[in-house]
Amino acid sequence: MSLSPDLLARIRDASAHHGGPRAAMLEALRMIQQEHGWVSDAHLAEAAQTLGVGLAEIESLATFYSLIFRQPVGETVILLCDGVSCWLNGAEEVRDALMARLGIGFGQTTADGKYTLINIACVGGCDRAPAAVVGRDRRLVGPLSPEGVAELLEGGL
Amino acid sequence: MTDFKPNTLPLTGRARADRRPHSLAEWQALGGYSAVEAALKLSPAEVVAQVAAARLNGRGGAGFPAAQKWRFMPEPGQSPGTGPSYLIVNGDEMEPGAFKDRLLLEALPHQVLEGAIIAAHATHATEAIVLIRDAYRPGIAAMEQAIQEARAAGLLGALSIRVHPSAGRYIVGEETALIEALEGNRAMPRKRPPFPAASGLWGRPTTVNNVETISLVPHVISMGPEAFSGLSWTDEGGTKLYGVSGRVKRPQLIEAPMGTTARELIERCGGVSGNGRLLTFQPGGGATGFLGPEHLDLPLDFGHVARAGSMFGTGTLIVLDETACPIGAVARHMRFYARESCGWCTPCREGLPWASRILDALEAGTASAADLDALRMIAAEAGPRGRAFCDLMGGAMAPLASALARFGDRFEAHLTGGCPQRRLA
Repeated sequence: MSLSPDLLARIRDASAHHGGPRAAMLEALRMIQQEHGWVSDAHLAEAAQTLGVGLAEIESLATFYSLIFRQPVGETVILLCDGVSCWLNGAEEVRDALMARLGIGFGQTTADGKYTLINIACVGGCDRAPAAVVGRDRRLVGPLSPEGVAELLEGGL
Repeated sequence: MTDFKPNTLPLTGRARADRRPHSLAEWQALGGYSAVEAALKLSPAEVVAQVAAARLNGRGGAGFPAAQKWRFMPEPGQSPGTGPSYLIVNGDEMEPGAFKDRLLLEALPHQVLEGAIIAAHATHATEAIVLIRDAYRPGIAAMEQAIQEARAAGLLGALSIRVHPSAGRYIVGEETALIEALEGNRAMPRKRPPFPAASGLWGRPTTVNNVETISLVPHVISMGPEAFSGLSWTDEGGTKLYGVSGRVKRPQLIEAPMGTTARELIERCGGVSGNGRLLTFQPGGGATGFLGPEHLDLPLDFGHVARAGSMFGTGTLIVLDETACPIGAVARHMRFYARESCGWCTPCREGLPWASRILDALEAGTASAADLDALRMIAAEAGPRGRAFCDLMGGAMAPLASALARFGDRFEAHLTGGCPQRRLA
């Protein structure tokens, strides 16, 4: 599926307003991801063409940033903090419980396509450790507990 | 000293408990934008002079005097070529243990915006960009809303301002890497000099200030520099948005006079958790060296902490009680710094994963005495400033080198069977 005319227009607009096509590459990737959940090879090529930048240029940028997804992700992405303040408050027990419950490891998506679990640098939720940010609005959740994991998932993230 | 009660907490006093940001009208009802009005009646040099007199040090980690940084910016017509000058507000908070800018962006976006307008005026900047990390989407939304409201109300004047959401790389927080990121490059730090004020974004004069620094600027203007600097216990002006996390009973952000001690901050968090006894703490996030119980009464500001052999950094404390393993903490920090190396220079690209592997092996009980020697060698050789291209490496080595110095016996103890704390548990 190719990028919608509306999205292409917004990418061109970003290029006009954000200091040129190169400077708009990240914004373009973000917009594609917002609409499609991730950035496929085909969409990457389309964005490069629309901006008039090299495919390698935009790909090198896409792979530099950890939150530009180059493979499909689940409906809800759980970004679990692996910072030290969370570790000191039991984040690894929460990690183990989440992995057991979901049946996946970091960087993986559940078979039903509902959840992707990713570890992430300190999410600035140290006062709610152990913490995670979830979903498209990156909602901060915490303090998490191994026992609370089921409730968290059933509560609909 | 502990009976000091400022009448208001300038930085966070207006924040709502649920962090819901104010609308423009609500913010103005609380006195918002009066500092902007006052500052725009002053010349840029007068604003800089007030910030200098307020003794405001940058809050991003290095503690460089804000006014001095601003004075590097050329006046219009004084820089070669033509084009905009930039003010960049750095909201790429990703330091382990740092959670202060999240509050300022989410709950107090108009305060950030006020500071940005005033700072742009003082630095002759014609465009401002607020860069915010992707994980802070609530902050991104709040800032975008605030900018939209202020623009509609005509409060921005000729200043062009926008939010640039980043996408998850720690090194973007380094000011020259941040500029590379904005230009659409992989965020690898630039050589300095030239400093951004001489050649920054697209070669134009650029100032990069931390969110907290910018948020304090309106209060310098509205309180006056003397009252502002008088909020501090030390010769570094203002209040500080401290954070305390890790092994404390109620981890939290605390706005307090600059120079407040760890003892007071930890007490306000209900004390140390775990076994209740302090082993060690990092005074300013992951990239700062460990201090000990003997530093509980040290005034926490940039100068005092540096003289004690660590760094004040972000001013967000990470606390370890006696049952927490400092080697485990350093191991997790090291995984993070190794992962976040941009890969440009060899000591960082190769040295950090090497150190990380040894630390993990120590924890698992598979490390040898030779590994520990190698770890000491990495810290000694790669730690000092100037051994790597940027400060990421030195920052990553700070907790390691200080842990090796402070907890050498515990490292040795890990050679036989891994983490003793883990064996106890």
